[in-house]
Amino acid sequence: MMMGIGKIKAGCAVAIRELTKEYYPIVAVAPTSVDVASGGFFAIIGPSGSGKSTLLGILAGYVQPTAGRVEVNGKDILSEPMYRRNIGMVFQNYALFPHMTVAENIAFPLKMRGLQKAQVTERVRQSLAMVRLEQYRDRKPGMLSGGQQQRVALARAAIYQPSLLLMDEPLGALDKNLRDEMQEEIKRFQQELGITVIYVTHDQQEAAFLADRIGIMKDGAMVQIGTPRELYERPTSRFVAGFLGEASVFAITGLSAGSEASATIEGGLSMRINPANAARGGKYVCIRPENVMIGQEAARLPNVYEGVITESLYTAGSVRYRITAPAGQSLVSRALPHTGFQLYETGRTVKFGWSPDDVCVIN
Amino acid sequence: MGGHLEKRRSRGLNGHLWLLLPAALLILPFFVWPSVLIIGKSFSGDTGPFEQYRIVFANPGIRTVLAYTFYVSAVVTGITLVIGYPVAFVVTHLPKKIAAICVALIFLPFWVSTVIRTFAWMIILARKGPLNESLLAIGILSQPLRLLDNGVGMILAMVYIQIPFMVIPLINTMRTIDPSYMRAAAILGANPFSQIVRVYFPLSLPGAMVGSILVFISSLGFFVTPSLLGGSRTMLSILINQQASRLLNWPLASALATVALVLTAALFLIYKMVRRAAATSGGIA
Repeated sequence: MMMGIGKIKAGCAVAIRELTKEYYPIVAVAPTSVDVASGGFFAIIGPSGSGKSTLLGILAGYVQPTAGRVEVNGKDILSEPMYRRNIGMVFQNYALFPHMTVAENIAFPLKMRGLQKAQVTERVRQSLAMVRLEQYRDRKPGMLSGGQQQRVALARAAIYQPSLLLMDEPLGALDKNLRDEMQEEIKRFQQELGITVIYVTHDQQEAAFLADRIGIMKDGAMVQIGTPRELYERPTSRFVAGFLGEASVFAITGLSAGSEASATIEGGLSMRINPANAARGGKYVCIRPENVMIGQEAARLPNVYEGVITESLYTAGSVRYRITAPAGQSLVSRALPHTGFQLYETGRTVKFGWSPDDVCVIN
Repeated sequence: MGGHLEKRRSRGLNGHLWLLLPAALLILPFFVWPSVLIIGKSFSGDTGPFEQYRIVFANPGIRTVLAYTFYVSAVVTGITLVIGYPVAFVVTHLPKKIAAICVALIFLPFWVSTVIRTFAWMIILARKGPLNESLLAIGILSQPLRLLDNGVGMILAMVYIQIPFMVIPLINTMRTIDPSYMRAAAILGANPFSQIVRVYFPLSLPGAMVGSILVFISSLGFFVTPSLLGGSRTMLSILINQQASRLLNWPLASALATVALVLTAALFLIYKMVRRAAATSGGIA
C-alpha cells in the first residue's frame, strides 16, 4: 500500500468548515467552508492580500486559525502538529534544502518516517524517474534551473503519498513558457497519482487550466466557488465577473421580471434578458465579450443596437473591439478571425447585439 | 551570483583606490613594517637563521606553552559556541524591537575595559569572594573552590569576554535563514528536534564558523586576562612578553610571534577554503 510511487487508491476528501483567522482587528479569513472531493483539484484565486495564502497556511499548520475545522477523510487535522499531518506542500520559493542534494531532499520525508535505507533508495530512484531528474540526483538545488527546482519540490512533496497536496503559487517565479510547460507537468502528475490538490494562485488562466473547481477570494471571504465554466458564464458578483476574464458591466436602472423580462441600464439602454436570470435579481448586468455580435450576426438577435467601433485590435488568434453606443455605454466584443472574416476598422458605425441568454444579472 | 557581484564591486573601485590611502599610511609604517622587522629578527642567531625556530620546537617548555595556548583557545571557543548558539537562536526569533535591545545588551560589557572586567572576575572568583562565600553559605560546598590558579577562572573570564564575537555572527547568519525551510521540514514530517538538527543547524553553520574563527584567533593572542587570572600556567602572549621585555631575547620573541602569526593565517586560510567548498557545492555561505 505504501510501496512505490504508484497510483494512490484515491486522494482524500477535504472538508473545510467555518475556518476563520483574525489578526485583531483584521479578518484575514472570514468564516469559510469548502469541500474538495477526493482526487479533486481545487484552485483558490484572488488578488494579493485576499487571504488565500493564509488559508493554505492554516491547512499546512504554520498559521493557527481563530475558529473552524478542517477534516481530511473525516478526521480533524487541526489538532495535529504540522509534522504529523501527512500533508504535502510545494512552497512559492520551493524551500528546497540548500545543503542537501536533490536525492537527499527527496529522501528527507522518507527518512523522517523511519523507512529502511534500501526502501528509501528505491523510492527516490522511482520518484526521480517520474520527474525526469535522474542525472541531477547528486546536484545541490542551487545548481538547478527554476523548472528543475520546481520538479524536485513536486517530487519531494509527493513521495510520501500525502493525503493532500498544497501548492502556494508554485509557478510564480517562472517565466511564461516554462510556466505553461510546468502547468502540463503538474496536471499530468496529479492525474497520475490521483492526489487531492489545493492550489493557490493569482493567475486565473492557470487556475482554469489546472483545476476542476475554483474558489475566488476577496478580502478574506470566499465569494464564489464553482467549475471554471460556471464562474465564467455565471458569475454572481461584479468582482468575480471582472476577475475572471473580461466583461462589460453596467448598472441596472430598471428590471422587470416575467416571461418578457428586460433590464434597463444607465443611459437608458434597454435589453431583453432570460427570465430565470431576471428572477435572481441583482444590481448589474454582465455581458462577456465573445457574446457581443457585430454586423450580420447581430441583426437577427432580440437585443440589437447601433454604435461606433472606437477601438479595433487584432492579436494572434482573436480580434478585440471596443464599441461605443450613442448614449455613451462602452462595451467590449471579441471575435475569432476565420477565413473570409471581416475586420471592422475604428470609426465605423455597426450593428451590435447579444442574446437574452447571454446577459448575467449580478451583484 | 557571488562572482557577478564581486566583478561589479571591483569595477566600481577603479580610480577610487586612493580612498585607501589614510588606512595605508597608518598600517604600512606602524603594522606592516614592524611585522617585517620582527619576522626578519626571528631569523637571526649565532648558529644560523633557523636557530630560534629550532629552540621554539625543541624546547619542551615552549612546546607546552604553545599546546596550552591552543588548548585554552579551543576550550574557550567550544564553550562560547555552546552558550552563544541558543542565545543567538532566541534573539533572532524575538520581535524586532526586543531583539535590537538584546543586541545592545550583548554589547554593553564593551563599555567597561577588559582590565577592569578581569579584575572583577578576580574578586568574584577569589577564595573568599562572593561566589565561594555564597556557595558555602547555602551549604553546596564544604570548602571553597580553587578557581584562580588553575586556569578555570581564566577560561570563564575569556568566555565571558568572547561571547559577543560568537553571538553576533550567529545572529547575522540566522537572520538570513528563510522560515520556509523550517516549515518545509515540519510539513515533510520532521519533528521539532529533527527540524533543528537536520535543517536549521546546517544552515546556520557559516555563522558558527565565522564566530568560532573570530573567538579562536583572538583567544590565541589574549594577554590581559591570562596574565591576571592564568595563575602558574603561561599562554603564548605572556611568554612573548617575558622574552621581549624582561629577558630582552628579541630573536626568540620574534620567532614565537611569527609562529603565532603563521598558525593564525593558516587557520584563516582553512576557514576560507571550507567556505568556498560549501559555497560551490551548495550555495550556502
